[in-house]
Amino acid sequence: MAKPKPRVKVPKKATKGEIVEIKTLISHKMESGQRKDRKTGELIPRKIINKFQAKFNGADVFNVNIEPALSANPFLTFSVKVPESGEFEFIWTDDDGSTYSTKKKIAVEG
Amino acid sequence: MNVSRRDVLALGGGAVAALSLGVSVSSVAVAKGDLVADAISKFSGGAEPKSGKVSLTTPEIAENGNTVPISFSVDSPMTSDNYVASVLLLADGNPNPGVATFNFSAMSGEASAATRIRLAKTQNVIAVAKMSDGSVFMDKKQIKVTIGGCGG
Repeated sequence: MAKPKPRVKVPKKATKGEIVEIKTLISHKMESGQRKDRKTGELIPRKIINKFQAKFNGADVFNVNIEPALSANPFLTFSVKVPESGEFEFIWTDDDGSTYSTKKKIAVEG
Repeated sequence: MNVSRRDVLALGGGAVAALSLGVSVSSVAVAKGDLVADAISKFSGGAEPKSGKVSLTTPEIAENGNTVPISFSVDSPMTSDNYVASVLLLADGNPNPGVATFNFSAMSGEASAATRIRLAKTQNVIAVAKMSDGSVFMDKKQIKVTIGGCGG
């Protein structure tokens, strides 16, 4: 499988204290561990993103513990109140221990 | 109305079938219900969930159980001493009822999120919100699913 590719939408600008909406998506199969291989009849082992974290200037602002019931290509929308300019960091953790991350800057005026 | 013997027999047979089906369905529902109740009490730390504050937005009918868009929001000022700590999302008809746990912070601004989930069949989706002061609120919505999303 291709390397999961994170995609994040953060507004470039905001006013101080504004609540901004952040949309995130990562391409991932989210194999639930419930499906069977059609040829062998064996269960396909579970392989999902089990954790998503959003950090702002290093501080944890939002995180989600994910179970297999989340759809393939997990899509999450949430909001953050931005007090100052800074950088968001988004981290996805896979069942096999690898992490995928991306960063986005936001400029806060006023 | 003219009721023939055949009609009466057919009706009786249907009733028996419905009855036995009803019994087996409800026993399964009880077993699943326990899992859901366990998950809720584990999450809430024993506090009884009250209704209100949480609002869950779901489609009434989901044609494809593989991706069902859902969103929720919790009514809270989201200040550093009064905010929503976390929200537990459950689907009571899935093989595992747990869907996801969202952990918020005072920086979240508002306790709302949206995502897409898998549903195996027609069932209830439950959102349980835990406030920073320990009180617990929940909301429940039924979603009708045409095609299940958990594979076979």
